[in-house]
Amino acid sequence: MSDALLEVSHLSKSFESGNLEKGMIPAVRDVSFQINRGECLGIVGESGCGKSTLARLITLLTPADSGKIRLNGSEYMHSKDKGREIYRQIQMVFQDPFSVFSPRMQIGTFLEDGLVYYQLLTRRKAAEEAVKLMRMVELPEELLNRFPHQLSGGQLQRVVIARAISIHPSLIILDEATSALDVSVQKQILELLVRLKKEQKLTYLFIGHDLAVVRSISDRIQIMYAGSVVEELRSENLKQAVHPYSRELLDSIFSVRDRHTERIQVKTLSLADAGYEACGCQYRRRCPCAMSVCAEKVPELTKAGQEPGHTAACFLVSR
Amino acid sequence: MTILELKHISLTYDGIRNILDDISFSVQSGEIIGIVGESGSGKSTLLHVILGLIPDGSVTKGECFLFGRSASERKRRELKKLRGEEVAMIFQDTGRYMNPISRVGAQYKEYLTAHGYRGRKKCIEKEKEMLSRVHLKDTERILHAYPFELSGGMRQRVGIAMAMSLKPKLLLADEPTSALDVTMQAQVVYEMMELRRKYGTSIILVTHNIGVAACMSDKLGIMQNGKLVEWGNTGDIISCPQTEYTRTLLDSVIEIDDERMTGKNE
Ligand SMILES: Nc1ncnc2c1ncn2[C@@H]1O[C@H](COP(=O)(O)OP(=O)(O)OP(=O)(O)O)[C@@H](O)[C@H]1O
Ligand SMILES: Nc1ncnc2c1ncn2[C@@H]1O[C@H](COP(=O)(O)OP(=O)(O)OP(=O)(O)O)[C@@H](O)[C@H]1O
Ligand SMILES: [Mg+2]
Ligand SMILES: [Mg+2]
Repeated sequence: MSDALLEVSHLSKSFESGNLEKGMIPAVRDVSFQINRGECLGIVGESGCGKSTLARLITLLTPADSGKIRLNGSEYMHSKDKGREIYRQIQMVFQDPFSVFSPRMQIGTFLEDGLVYYQLLTRRKAAEEAVKLMRMVELPEELLNRFPHQLSGGQLQRVVIARAISIHPSLIILDEATSALDVSVQKQILELLVRLKKEQKLTYLFIGHDLAVVRSISDRIQIMYAGSVVEELRSENLKQAVHPYSRELLDSIFSVRDRHTERIQVKTLSLADAGYEACGCQYRRRCPCAMSVCAEKVPELTKAGQEPGHTAACFLVSR
Repeated sequence: MTILELKHISLTYDGIRNILDDISFSVQSGEIIGIVGESGSGKSTLLHVILGLIPDGSVTKGECFLFGRSASERKRRELKKLRGEEVAMIFQDTGRYMNPISRVGAQYKEYLTAHGYRGRKKCIEKEKEMLSRVHLKDTERILHAYPFELSGGMRQRVGIAMAMSLKPKLLLADEPTSALDVTMQAQVVYEMMELRRKYGTSIILVTHNIGVAACMSDKLGIMQNGKLVEWGNTGDIISCPQTEYTRTLLDSVIEIDDERMTGKNE
């Protein structure tokens, strides 16, 4: 038996553009990957390239146009009992923790409700469990009686993670879950996630923009551009990425240790640069290495470099 | 020339806890100030005070002088005009400040018209120019979209484009790049630096990205629990932080060459 927990194959989703002449927006196109049990897969990519849409497709918050998703070997996109069971198995944590809470709900109630609904605990049992959860995420017990606005963003995000974990999901999707937090709280939360992953063999899909953060927590990383995965590699090899877009990302990082950032080259795009390309490689107009073939054919993910598990969708690699 | 001066500002919402506690600093013309610090330490609130976007009576102490005049002296109408033309703000969560049932283009136009732009053509020209500067290439679609049809980072970039439209003298940027990929972040940093270079705009940049703050700002302020715990030249603070909290923050920054987290030594 394979160790795959989640298998996504040929998943696609287009949105209708409000502006009719422009037709459809291919937010996610033909994306395939798998996540093994106990693994963390990181996703980085251009703003608007379809990361959140991908997460919403997996959790069935948005219906896919085509493709298959399997959890533990069974396809669930069209299964009857989707709703509740899928939400129990796949939990999602968003960037803004405030959006998850209703303002008049106490923190304790928020934690208990999940346990009562999904774990079918009694209120009393759930209340006891809530205390343990607070301890697990290193928050003082007295916060249980508080309302969301009385907690800081970092504290609230830890509550959201505690609730997600309390339901014993198979997979937790974290969509920019730490980007609104200060670096010290962020580090605490990442450490917590790594610890829980180890202790409880949790599986994560971690979406983020900070390459160093994503690299630090993930085992593997996928780089997305304009709806497709353009490169995949093990985190420890991130700096050996070969796709020109990945290189552009790596060259754009601001560092505290090396704050003389004249090295960061800003490419100003020309106004004529339209949205999505009708054919060929989506990145080609920005690409410093574009060749004539890039306008003709769509590059597919093929083996790149020496390391195992490293693939890239670029004609520089595939020829 | 001093653009902004805060003198001993304290603020409370409930009369018990000080959200801002005796904050003083000043901003010179063309200066870029970075503010970093704890989540919930009052950074956004501080920017709201400067813009006059807080409930009456919540500032319990101190005064805020903008272009040499105290905010309390100004009339409401004057304050409103000031916002946008002289002082512009990029909000932390642009999505929350946008009207969900009105198209982006309509909101943008309203903003420009409120500040003196006349004529549909002129507005659209400006909108397209600004949006393409923040890499929102597909301008027709963006202007036609409702906020929910855009990704988080796209909404954030609309906010940035709007705030930079009127070439303000002072730009308050609250987490302008937190939802952007790093190449767009570099682009936005570049555009802000250009604003200063071309028009002498002063900028207060609130961010959790200490790398960006370190690169952009002349001076750096560190906030914790409503207080400005450290203030000084950016280089000095980064190379030799004076407070324990600043050290903790700097030590928590994860960089691309660091050891990956394994959860072993816990
Ligand atoms: N409900 C919707 N209606 C129309 N278009 C949509 C909708 N949701 C997303 N889109 C479009 O799909 C594309 C992908 O959006 P998505 O939110 O998945 O991006 P993202 O990778 O998460 O970006 P970010 O990093 O900025 O959060 C964007 O072009 C967006 O405008
Ligand atoms: N309208 C309000 N009523 C009561 N408390 C508030 C209100 N707005 C903010 N607060 C509280 O004020 C404190 C400071 O909030 P603020 O948003 O300024 O923090 P911040 O430093 O910007 O944090 P972050 O880094 O998370 O953006 C927080 O504890 C918050 O809960
Ligand atoms: Mg997103
Ligand atoms: Mg804030």
